[in-house]
Amino acid sequence: MKLIRTLGALALGAAMTVAAHAEDIKPAVVYDLGGKFDKSFNEAAYTGAEKFKADTGVEYRDFEIQNDSQREQALRNFARRGLSPIVAIGFSHANAVEKVAKEFPDTKFAIVDSVVDLPNVRSIVFKEHEGSYLVGVLASMASETGKVGFVGGMDIALIRKFACGFKQGALAQNPDAEVYQNMTGTTGAAWNDPVKGGELAKSQFDRGADVVYHAAGGTGLGVLQAAADAGKLGIGVDSNQNGLHPGSVLTSMLKRVDVAVDTTFTDAMNGNWSSGVEVLGLKEGGVDWALDDNNASLVTDEMKAAVDQAKQDIISGKVQVHDYMSDQDCPV
Amino acid sequence: MSAGQLPRWVDYGLMPLLNLAAAFLVSGLVVLLIGENPLEAVEILIWGSLGWNEGIGFTLFYATNFIFTGLAVAVAFHASLFNIGGEGQAYVGGLGVAIACLALDRFVPWWVTLPFAVLGAAAAGAAWAFVPAVLQAKRGSHVVITTIMFNFIAASLMVYLLVNVMGKEGSMQPETRTFEAGGRLPLLQDVIPGLDFGTAPLNLSLIIALLASLAVWVLIWRTKLGYEIRTFGASPTAAVYAGISPVRITIITMMISGGLAGMMAINEIMGSQHRLLIEFVSGYGFVGIAVALMGRAHPVGILFASILFGMLYQGGAELAFEKPSITRDMIVVIQGLVILFAGALEHMFRPALIRIFSFARTPATEAA
Repeated sequence: MKLIRTLGALALGAAMTVAAHAEDIKPAVVYDLGGKFDKSFNEAAYTGAEKFKADTGVEYRDFEIQNDSQREQALRNFARRGLSPIVAIGFSHANAVEKVAKEFPDTKFAIVDSVVDLPNVRSIVFKEHEGSYLVGVLASMASETGKVGFVGGMDIALIRKFACGFKQGALAQNPDAEVYQNMTGTTGAAWNDPVKGGELAKSQFDRGADVVYHAAGGTGLGVLQAAADAGKLGIGVDSNQNGLHPGSVLTSMLKRVDVAVDTTFTDAMNGNWSSGVEVLGLKEGGVDWALDDNNASLVTDEMKAAVDQAKQDIISGKVQVHDYMSDQDCPV
Repeated sequence: MSAGQLPRWVDYGLMPLLNLAAAFLVSGLVVLLIGENPLEAVEILIWGSLGWNEGIGFTLFYATNFIFTGLAVAVAFHASLFNIGGEGQAYVGGLGVAIACLALDRFVPWWVTLPFAVLGAAAAGAAWAFVPAVLQAKRGSHVVITTIMFNFIAASLMVYLLVNVMGKEGSMQPETRTFEAGGRLPLLQDVIPGLDFGTAPLNLSLIIALLASLAVWVLIWRTKLGYEIRTFGASPTAAVYAGISPVRITIITMMISGGLAGMMAINEIMGSQHRLLIEFVSGYGFVGIAVALMGRAHPVGILFASILFGMLYQGGAELAFEKPSITRDMIVVIQGLVILFAGALEHMFRPALIRIFSFARTPATEAA
């Protein structure tokens, strides 16, 4: 018993020294099962948290869950230690955030990619269809065959939203364009199957496509690899993936999870915290397309002008990109 | 094994402790290698799993899963069958639990649903073990191969059902609707006054697991069927000579084993998650193999081994939480080392111990 009490005191002491470092806020991130170095979605969150740390010098805590029971446990552990805001990455956390946020009404929570309607929760969702529309425009212009492809990860509404936006963009630019769509699978494994991703891309190349966009997490690395090997063009997603195969990645659809995490932390620090639903689209800088040294030679001035025009039109409201999730249907 | 060569307390007590100490020693070196203090790591691990009421709750919650899957593997062991399909059997067991809960939760209290859920879990798990059992018994297809293949079939089947048949409308997560009160097992602390496990999902399943342990002990060592299972396990030819049907024993044993694995789903689905969700088994079925090996296929041993693995899961989570440089993958390394030393290298210390104890015993017998 004595030993246990000593250990308890030790652990408490450790927790308190952490607390003493950051006086203003003590932010925390809980990643999804993919883990923080997934080169995609979770890693973008990690990048955002690291940026916040570099900018402000405020330390943050993070945790990678191992099984479903740990979602609640991790959120609760952070909340109990007085950490706030706590950002949960991924829609799978929705149930856990709802439960724990009710238990700790004074703690600030945020969830990315899902909506939890509670007074102390900020829900951050993205207009992925807008960003996908832009890369759809680019794909259509870069394609010589008039055929472009999409490879999705897990077949869920969120990914169909990417596909639908992409198709709208491609058809807006070239009404005769053909758009092939494939989903990798129906389980979480579909996010991490680069071999199958590569195979799907190759089959689309065989059918004549020469630009392929992926929204498939780790699976997408196989898609981009296949595009580079076949001398075709790939389009990256979430993070800027232009540098993975310079010259073979036309662009990347940026989903700024990093900005969302950084902003959430910064808002909490500056007292600008707000709860409710935050929808980040082109206008808010939540989604965008990537242009850097790696793909500058692939994007002509004409393409750049067209995509900038599309971007302006979407921001001004002249062009409405249909959101698949609004009615579970794609008009094109 | 080598009964008679070693006193029982050495065989069942000292030897596992030695193996465990060796595993922790090597884990300590790994922790040292990544620049953390191993003693501190052990402190956090033990404190996190046993030092506070919620930690104990989580430890016992995980242990409940391991008792079921461990017993499942153990029962098959006694018939010399290696059932490594616990993962798939538990997954399909979840289907049995979910069907019972979804059908009844709105109309009856939990204690009416429970027997149906237990029955559903056991029946689904047993059914999943039935095909490999028949293939083994009648065609000689090795049960190790077929059960592991059935794990994959179970995964595909459940994905299909959750995505296309049972899934909740408008949810991106493949899962059923959340059960109402009639489909939720009460927490242990709500049933037994004076207990407090904080927010840990420790529920009545622990009691069911303990009853199952008792039942397995009675079955194996106190019934005719258990005797037949053990005889078949020790020598199939002798069993045939004694008039025991190998086909019957293989099929019955595998179905009991599968049923026990399936019952793990009661703890996860009815006790904790309150909905059927994708990949909820997350490796508990495989850990059951290690638990059964470490517990010498005896219910008491399995109980202790389950608690140990529960400690590793819960304490490991706390460790990863407290020490960012110790990632979740490190925890898997530590668990792997425990399995390696407790299971695979089980005979490493045995010869030395036998020598020591035969020395110690010889003078004593002479004096007598």
